[in-house]
Amino acid sequence: MSIEFEAPKPVVKMQTVLQTVAENMMRSVSREFDENEHTIPWDYIEFMHTAMRSMGGGSLAPQEEKPKEDAEKRPPIGYQMLAAQIEMLSWGDVGMYLVTPGGGLGAAAVQAAGSPDQKAKFLARFADKKPTFAAMCMTEAGAGSDTSAIRTRAVLDEKTKEWVINGEKIFVTAGDKSFTEYEKSGKGFIVVWASIDPSAGRAGMRAFVIESGTPGVQVTKLEHKMGIRVSDTASISLVDVRVPFENLLGSPTVEKTTKGFKGAMATFDATRPLVAASGIGVARAALEFVKEKLKENGVQIRYGLPRSKLTSVERDVIDMEIMLRSAWLMVLKAVWMADNKKPNALESSMSKVKAGDVTTKITQKVVEILGPLGYSREFLAEKWFRDAKITDIYEGTGQINRLVVARQILGYSGAELR
Amino acid sequence: MYSFEPNEEQQMLIDAVGKYAENDLRAAAHDAEENREIPKKLISKGWELGLLQASTPESYGGFGERSAVTGALAVEEMAFGDLAGALAVMTPSLFATPILLGGSEEQKQQYLPDIVGGDWAPYTAALIEYAIDFDPTALKTTAKADGDSYILNGEKAFVPFAKDAEAMIVYADLNGVTQGFIVPKNAGGLSVSDEREKLMGLNALPMYRVKLDNVTVPAINRLGGASGHDFDLILSSMRIASAAAAVGLAKASLEYSKDYAKEREVFGVKIAQKQAIAFMLAEMATEIEAIRLLTWEAAWKLDANKEDACAEAYLAFTGACDMAMMVTDRGVQVLGGHGYIREHPVELFMRNGRGFPMLLGLAIV
Ligand SMILES: Cc1cc2nc3c(=O)[nH]c(=O)nc-3n(C[C@H](O)[C@H](O)[C@H](O)COP(=O)(O)OP(=O)(O)OC[C@H]3O[C@@H](n4cnc5c(N)ncnc54)[C@H](O)[C@@H]3O)c2cc1C
Repeated sequence: MSIEFEAPKPVVKMQTVLQTVAENMMRSVSREFDENEHTIPWDYIEFMHTAMRSMGGGSLAPQEEKPKEDAEKRPPIGYQMLAAQIEMLSWGDVGMYLVTPGGGLGAAAVQAAGSPDQKAKFLARFADKKPTFAAMCMTEAGAGSDTSAIRTRAVLDEKTKEWVINGEKIFVTAGDKSFTEYEKSGKGFIVVWASIDPSAGRAGMRAFVIESGTPGVQVTKLEHKMGIRVSDTASISLVDVRVPFENLLGSPTVEKTTKGFKGAMATFDATRPLVAASGIGVARAALEFVKEKLKENGVQIRYGLPRSKLTSVERDVIDMEIMLRSAWLMVLKAVWMADNKKPNALESSMSKVKAGDVTTKITQKVVEILGPLGYSREFLAEKWFRDAKITDIYEGTGQINRLVVARQILGYSGAELR
Repeated sequence: MYSFEPNEEQQMLIDAVGKYAENDLRAAAHDAEENREIPKKLISKGWELGLLQASTPESYGGFGERSAVTGALAVEEMAFGDLAGALAVMTPSLFATPILLGGSEEQKQQYLPDIVGGDWAPYTAALIEYAIDFDPTALKTTAKADGDSYILNGEKAFVPFAKDAEAMIVYADLNGVTQGFIVPKNAGGLSVSDEREKLMGLNALPMYRVKLDNVTVPAINRLGGASGHDFDLILSSMRIASAAAAVGLAKASLEYSKDYAKEREVFGVKIAQKQAIAFMLAEMATEIEAIRLLTWEAAWKLDANKEDACAEAYLAFTGACDMAMMVTDRGVQVLGGHGYIREHPVELFMRNGRGFPMLLGLAIV
């Protein structure tokens, strides 16, 4: 090992390909889908699905390395690749990235908490002919950041060996596409977090895979949002939903541990840097745009000067570049650790804290610098401003991730620092 | 490939320097600042770690190759102990490293073996000028070609160990570009102030004003010889060193305030259990890591001769200046009134933390 910053060649290649996709399939329709909330960009979905299948998978998921003879010589780069893909697609349009088929957070939960059998069973579908979606349902009206407060219950029916699930989930990204079968989509699933023993608190929490079309599940609402409007955010009600015993991810016995909850946290360790990457894509789009506009208007950024000699706009641009690059390096470190199987809870949350900060700051500053052009819907800057804000909210708000970072560096438990 | 792990050699260096920084530099920092003096023994011990020696090739008396990445790692560790002490130990690099980077073969032969092979000796460099609009790429000190010589005029500030310096590199404007000139001790027209600089921080480091009144040096004393040298490369190495030092200093502030926060009780709990404190600490850690990685990348790019290395070194340095201020300010805030008392080091970290924008040129990797 040593310290190195050369992007792996396959990653660079992929970025070049995806930039073309981003320009031609995303940017070109970005505004249209933003203005027509709840319409589905099937062209993009089908294009991406076909492209991913032809590359051997059906998902934007870290490809499992097949053991090769020269395996030693090539360190794993699955998560690094994924972060780069997500950054580039989000540079195109982050809302559309979120409707990329292939399982999203639902598949990530199966990856993190499922057994090998479960992974094989539930993840195979994403390589099928039709684009297929999956979602993760944690949040409830009364339980957002405080996931231990979820009320959704799963009770085992001893006779049929089925789980019976009741509850109400909200804010489910791709919840509609994952559960409602469209003519053009395959059979997806939702992963629902529920308690099998409310007296056990977090230790009683488990994730269940619920196949699309299962009776008792209903998509009751699609939210109208500030940004990422092309991505559906659904409310899902669960009334006496019967789920096969083996659809519980992980172990069904409640121990006096927080294993169940740790499954959710393992998912977040893997997904937080990826959410950070998506925010950084948006911020990069905004920063590149403002630099281009400044250049068109004859404003040069004089790099190399001492701070006191720079104009305010020059300072802003330079600060944004510092923020953006350093945030991206934090993502790279977190995913590099994931690839190398190093525990990365700290780095993962740190990258999310930083990305939440810089993506909101950069997009807000860009709108300001652009003046009326920034505020106008003629350009995408105002949309990026709206889209970027979600980075600091989902997958743990900025505050929740600060808590995680603080606990890590202080060596505190959740009880010691809440 | 990406990789974020120091190699084995670098790790050994980090451990050795880290031990010295913590046990020696930090232990002496308070008294050094108050007494305005770093014990000679302390400097010698730091010199014996062999940082400069390890980045000088064998042909010039050393035993390694210069690497900006390795340098940045070492500087961070040093500065974690005490910034003034770290800069003092590394002062000879201000003279030797530019020669390594841009010096002519003769200059390397003439100076490096002596410096690297001997005990710590006051070789130094003069870049900073006492002006509100100081800009290393637009210096007020001038160099004029005059036959086989250059004539230097101007005034330099914050020159470490100038009083006893064997020789120094003086940076001056030569037809619109900054170039370094080797000025030996006792050069005619060279005068060093009797008084040391009195600054907000870094009082342990002896720094002086240096006047150049028609100082004439032979043309071969221009860094790099007749064709000169690439000042951008030297400036970038300085920026990376400053950024790395800022990271080390900021880390010192974070570590100290973090430990304190786990001890101090208010309203029945440790202050670290209050989010107002915990979030400050989390943000300090996050910003430190952000600038550390940016500094590493800039250093790596410099080592790998990447086109945008100098641009990124500028970004890393600029970001480091803000980060150091933000973090060291919070370090004091976490301790409250106690942070304001000189018994705790956080107020010194904060005074030193403000210095980075003006102290470019006091360290180089
Ligand atoms: C567009 C969108 C998509 C989403 N997609 C999904 C999805 O796919 N699946 C899913 O399960 N969820 C999803 N969410 C939910 C999202 O993760 C939650 O909204 C988020 O975790 C915050 O929860 P909350 O909205 O209930 O806010 P609250 O938890 O009520 O928080 C309100 C405020 O209090 C702060 N706060 C909370 N706890 C603390 C604390 N301990 N210390 C300090 N401050 C605190 C928060 O930071 C925030 O500022 C989505 C949300 C949105 C908006």
